[in-house]
Amino acid sequence: MTDETVVAPARVRPSRKPAIVRAVTVAPHGLWCLLFILAPLVFVVYYTFTDPSGSFTMANLKEVFSPAYLTVLKRSVLLALESTAICLLLAYPLALAITRMKPRNQSLVILLLMLPMWINLLIRTYSLKLLLETNGPLNGFLGRLGIGPIGFLNSEFAIVLGMVYNYLPYMILPIYSVIAKIDPRLKEAAADLGCNGFQTTFRVVLPLSVSGIVSGITMVFVPSISTFFISKSLSDGRIRLIGDVIEQRISLHNAAAYEIGSALSFILMILIIVSMLITNRFGDNDGGVVV
Amino acid sequence: MSKLIELKGITKSFDGEVVLSDMNLYIRDREFVTLLGPSGCGKTTTLRLIGGFETPDTGDILFDGERINDVPAYKRQVNTVFQRYALFPHLNVFDNIAFALKRKVPKEEIRTRVDEMLDMVALRGFGHRNVNSLSGGQQQRVAIARALINRPRVLLLDEPLGALDLKLRKDMQFELKNIQQATGITFIYVTHDQEEALSMSDTIVVMQNGKIQQIGTPTDVYNEPKNAFVADFIGESNIVDGVMREDYKVFFDGRVFDCLDRGFDKNEPVDVVIRPEDVDVVPLDRGMLRGHVTKVTFKGVHYEIIVDVNGFMWMIQTTDYVGVDSDIGIYIEPDAIHIMKKSEFSGTIGDYSSFSDEMDEISNPDVELDEHGNVIDRLDSDGEPSEDEPDATEGGNDD
Repeated sequence: MTDETVVAPARVRPSRKPAIVRAVTVAPHGLWCLLFILAPLVFVVYYTFTDPSGSFTMANLKEVFSPAYLTVLKRSVLLALESTAICLLLAYPLALAITRMKPRNQSLVILLLMLPMWINLLIRTYSLKLLLETNGPLNGFLGRLGIGPIGFLNSEFAIVLGMVYNYLPYMILPIYSVIAKIDPRLKEAAADLGCNGFQTTFRVVLPLSVSGIVSGITMVFVPSISTFFISKSLSDGRIRLIGDVIEQRISLHNAAAYEIGSALSFILMILIIVSMLITNRFGDNDGGVVV
Repeated sequence: MSKLIELKGITKSFDGEVVLSDMNLYIRDREFVTLLGPSGCGKTTTLRLIGGFETPDTGDILFDGERINDVPAYKRQVNTVFQRYALFPHLNVFDNIAFALKRKVPKEEIRTRVDEMLDMVALRGFGHRNVNSLSGGQQQRVAIARALINRPRVLLLDEPLGALDLKLRKDMQFELKNIQQATGITFIYVTHDQEEALSMSDTIVVMQNGKIQQIGTPTDVYNEPKNAFVADFIGESNIVDGVMREDYKVFFDGRVFDCLDRGFDKNEPVDVVIRPEDVDVVPLDRGMLRGHVTKVTFKGVHYEIIVDVNGFMWMIQTTDYVGVDSDIGIYIEPDAIHIMKKSEFSGTIGDYSSFSDEMDEISNPDVELDEHGNVIDRLDSDGEPSEDEPDATEGGNDD
């Protein structure tokens, strides 16, 4: 304890708790991590590299790299990239526009953006499916204009639309919060040095919001590449992504299926880690997600 | 010298609060003008109007005789050194300074001009450095170089030295003045530091309550303050109620003094200013007034004493030591007395009865104090707490 705590006793703050207290307070969190994060990872790796008798094998991984599975993998990566790119293109101008509103309107718009997230993902996706059906409201509207009916469902378009619809808020929010924090004097400085509004956005705001873009990309790409429900529901199970295959395999409840499911999960994990490493290289880690 | 910038009948208010009322001012080419006043007096708003970051509610801003009210900031031949610099954190020193030239000037020319600027602000070899790794003084220099590289007609400086420590501030004052003289660029400088204003400016514009109180050279403003506010804000002043009996004769503190002022009405009530350094402390029998010493502070070059004269507290600076509780004689030469017309500020300032260094802090609206009298948050003019002030509730409690 320093002298200051004696001079101003009101400010005394217990600075070091006994070891036993700390251990007890940390224990639940540690147990949680062990049971629900570490153990499943160990099982994934174990099933990936063993056969039903429990001995080491590379056969599971080899099977995953067969053409049938590779097509699914490739499609998953492609659709996730597409939806991430579309989210970014939609979210950035919107986030920028929100930061230019009056503070009161800003919180209102953010609230409206958050609102759909209070509804379960399954319900949101079912509603989208109803909207897109051949005899659904969208085709009804197009029919009046003399267009259609268009079979929106059962297409990659429908799946990307589903991903963008569900994950767009996760792109907007991190970008918005980073742009909102940029010192307004930096924009004035840019104007002072000869930049019009457009140049200021490109030369100052955009480079200073990279960390928000990186967070947004991570938060949209990771769930997009691993989703199974959106693709299953919007294509009636006809267009399968890596998540669908894993789900289908694991739900068979037999050892051989577990192994393929694990091997696919293992590949997915690697894909996610690689993508996060790439994005983190571009972020400066403030506001960004760290692996 | 011609008028480069002219403000005509400028009025500006924010949310119904009048910040500038009917302001008229012109600034000549190549002049070093300082807008001086306490926070909230309208000086920063004036600067932002010239920079193009605000538009006036009424009135015109002229640049070289042309109205520029509607000319956006990026088209004005004016550059700004911002409070706390506002350097671009994603660019290094070179790219910060080169910002205004990028895509307008060929690469080699950018290089030579940035190098010239780096030399001018004594930062040669710092081009590749990250701006966040620089000290406050170095960041300040980068900000100046960045603002000057486009060779503006006018440089606006918004409290540029406010965040620097005293020694560095003195050096930078000297350097800024040199840069201004070497480049011949008009400087418009905003500060609340009267010493800074006196030592650097060609012309000082003293502002308070959104109005100009006085415009003049540093010696004019110091020696011939127009009203009690100016007298009190520029340097220390004892401001006493008086009556002008006739030309060269003023009555205060129960007797008539000779002075050098004339042109007032007979028996007109006036404010009498006597600077603390102009008062002579003499033995009681030779004094024109007598006073009781209540406080003595050693200031290095002199003692600063607070003296009770008929219930009015005077500040006197003297090189001879006098003891607390002693009675002294006070002698005032005619040229030490300055007479001012009564103004809205009369009677509100000029008495040292509540004077102490703590009072200075308490009465400064920029500084917030906690219940122990410690400074907890220094506020900017825009009212945001600064980040570099340590949090008083956290400081030093860790063992």
